[in-house]
Amino acid sequence: MNTMTIMDRTLNTNATKITAKDVNVYYGDTHAIKDVNVEIEANTVTAFIGPSGCGKSTFLRCINRMNDTIDVCRVSGDILLDGEDIYDKRVDPVQLRAKVGMVFQKPNPFPKSIYDNVSYGPKIHGLARNKAEMDEIVEKSLRRAAIWNEVKDRLDAPGTGLSGGQQQRLCIARAIATEPEVLLMDEPCSALDPIATAQVEELIDELRGRYSVVIVTHSMQQAARVSQKTAFFHLGNLVEFGSTGQIFTNPEDPRTESYITGRIG
Amino acid sequence: MSDLSQTPAHPTASHSSLLTQSERTKRRNAAEKRFKAYGATAIALGLAMLLVLVTTIVSRGSGAFQQTFITLNVELLESKLDKNGERNIEDIKRVTTFGYAPLVKTAMQTTVEGLGIETSLKAKQMAGLLSKNAVAQLRAYVLENPHQIGETVEFRFLAQSRVDGYLKGRVSRDSIANDKNISAAQLDLVDTLIEAGVVEKTFNLGFILGADASDQRPEAAGIGVSMLGSLFMMLVVLALALPIGVAASIYLEEFAPKNWITDIIEVNISNLAAVPSIVFGILGLAVFINYMHLPTSAPLVGGLVLTLMTLPTIIISTRAALKAVPPSIRDAALGVGASKMQSVFHHVLPLAAPGILTGTIIGLAQALGETAPLLLIGMVGFIASNAPETIAEGLLSPNSAMPAQIYEWAKRADPAFYERAWGGIIILLVFLVTMNTVAVLLRRRFERRW
Repeated sequence: MNTMTIMDRTLNTNATKITAKDVNVYYGDTHAIKDVNVEIEANTVTAFIGPSGCGKSTFLRCINRMNDTIDVCRVSGDILLDGEDIYDKRVDPVQLRAKVGMVFQKPNPFPKSIYDNVSYGPKIHGLARNKAEMDEIVEKSLRRAAIWNEVKDRLDAPGTGLSGGQQQRLCIARAIATEPEVLLMDEPCSALDPIATAQVEELIDELRGRYSVVIVTHSMQQAARVSQKTAFFHLGNLVEFGSTGQIFTNPEDPRTESYITGRIG
Repeated sequence: MSDLSQTPAHPTASHSSLLTQSERTKRRNAAEKRFKAYGATAIALGLAMLLVLVTTIVSRGSGAFQQTFITLNVELLESKLDKNGERNIEDIKRVTTFGYAPLVKTAMQTTVEGLGIETSLKAKQMAGLLSKNAVAQLRAYVLENPHQIGETVEFRFLAQSRVDGYLKGRVSRDSIANDKNISAAQLDLVDTLIEAGVVEKTFNLGFILGADASDQRPEAAGIGVSMLGSLFMMLVVLALALPIGVAASIYLEEFAPKNWITDIIEVNISNLAAVPSIVFGILGLAVFINYMHLPTSAPLVGGLVLTLMTLPTIIISTRAALKAVPPSIRDAALGVGASKMQSVFHHVLPLAAPGILTGTIIGLAQALGETAPLLLIGMVGFIASNAPETIAEGLLSPNSAMPAQIYEWAKRADPAFYERAWGGIIILLVFLVTMNTVAVLLRRRFERRW
C-alpha cells in the first residue's frame, strides 16, 4: 500500500500516455460526454470519480473502444495513445484492446479453467510459442495479480468456482497476461467485500510500476487511497482534473467540493 | 366506563391482534386457495387426458407387435422348383410364386394329417389359413438357398389376418358370418392347430423392421422401410437446418446492425414458425418437384420441405440461447483483445450450445411427426417394398415416412391395418419421447452457471 499521505503525493511528472482532446460521446440523442480534455500519464494511477451517470464509465470505455459494440454510441474528438489517434480508420480495435486491457465491474471469468482464463489472451495474440512459454506467462500473470498462491494447485478448476475477490484478481491476471500498456478498471471493487477490496487495491498500487492504470470508482476513499491523479466528472463534464492530493484537500471547483464533502451525488 | 376498561382484552381496529385474521386477510387467503385449486384441477384434468390417451394407444396398438405364425415343414420339391435339376439360379427364378402354392398346400395338408386331425376342409382351404405372403417368403428363401431344393425345411409362415384377428379376439365366429375370406370350419381347424402348437402368437419383429404390404396382406405390413424414409429425411433436415439456422442466428444476433431490415427479418422468422405446414408442402411441390424436377416421393424432397419448416424453430431457439449468454462474457472476451468472431466462437457459442442442441432436437421431433407437407409431395400412399441399400438410393428412391405410413394404414378398410396404425403411433411416440428426453438430458448435463 502506498503509505504516503495524500498531501505528499506530488506530481512526479511522468510521460503522457493518453491524451483526450475535445471528446464528445453521444448515445443516440443523449449527449453523454461533453468536451472532455484530459492527459493520463504513464506509471500513474488515475481515478475517475463522480456521481452515477456522470459519464466516467463511458469515457473509460472510449479509451479501448469498447463503446464500438454499442450501435447507438458515437464518439467525436481525438483520443491519442502514445500520440496515435485510436479512432483513426486504420486502427483495428482488436490490436488496441491488446494494448489497453480492461477489468470490469462484475468479475467475469470465462466458465473455463483458471489456466484457460489466463492463457486465452496470449493464445489469441500468439504470445507463446509452446506450452512451456504459456505456462510461464500464466504463472507470471497470476503472480502479478497476487493470486498465484491461492490457485497454483488447482489451475484446472473452473474460474467461476473461485470467491468474488479471487475471481476479480483472476480477471486482472487475465487482463495483464497480454502485456498491456494501459489497464482500465471499471469499478473493480464494487462487488467485493472490504478484505478483497484491500487486496485488489494493494495490487493496483503494485501494477502502477508497469502499467498506466485508470480506475473508475464510486468510493472516494478508494480514489484517495490508490490514485495519484483524480478526475471529477459531473453530468458529462470533466469538472476538475489534478493531483489526488489537491482534488481532495483543496478543490478549485465548488461542485468538486460539494461532491467530496457529500453534498451532491 | 367499566366497558372501556375491558376493551384492551378485545382487539380493536386501531390495535389489532396478530392472532386473529382480519376480513381482508381472510378474503385474500380464500382467493389464494381458490386459485391453487383451479391450478390443481387443471393439472389433474390434463393428466387424466394423458392417461386416457396413452392407455388407448397402448391397448389398441400393442396387438401390432404380436403376430400369429404357422409352423410348417415344407418339402422343396425339385420337380416343381428346378425341373432341369441344374440349380441354375436363372431357371429357379423363372418359377413364380404360383409355382410355390402347391408346395405350401401339400405342406399344410401333410401337417394336418400328420397330427391326425379330422376335417372336412380341402387342402386349398387349409392353406387359406396362411398369409398370401407365405409363398413369397418361400420363394425368397429358395432363391437364397438353392442348394436346399429337394430337402424338407421348417418354415414359420404368417397366418392370414383373419386368423391373426381370431387369436387376438378381433374376429369371432359371429363376425365372420358373411366373410368370404374365412369360414367357421377353418376356425375350428385353427383351434385344433393351436392346441397342437402349430399355430402360435409371438412377438413380431417384422412389424418394426419390415416394409408395407398390399391391401390383401395386412399381416405382412411393417413400418421399418418408412422408418428409414423418416431417417433419411431427418438426415437432410439436420444437415441443412442446423448449419443454416445456427449461422443465420449468429449473424442476426451478434453481427447484424439493428435496423428496420433486421426488424422485418426478425418478424418474418417468427411468422414463418406459425405458418401451417401444408403451405410448406405446396411450396415444396411447386419449387422442388415442378420447377427443380427432383424425384417425387423422395425423402430428399421431404427433407428439404421439412428443413424449411424446421428452420424458424431452430433460429428462434438458437437466438434465445445466444441471448441468454450474459454480455459480461462478450465484454470479457473483447476486453482481452478477441475479435468479434473469436468472442462468438470461443465463448458465446459453446455456452449457447446446449440451448441450440435442445432447440434442434425439438425441431427435428416436430419434423419427424409432420404429415401434411408429405401428402403434397407424394410420400403418402407409396408402398416401398424394399429397404434402400445405399444412402443415395435412400435419399432419391421413393419412400414413405412414419406418420404418412400411419395415415395410409388408418385409411385402409381392413381392421387389421387399423391395429397397425395404432402400433405405428406407438413407435412414433417412442421416437419422439426419446428425442425429447435426450434434449432435456443434454440441457441438464451441459447447463452452466456463471
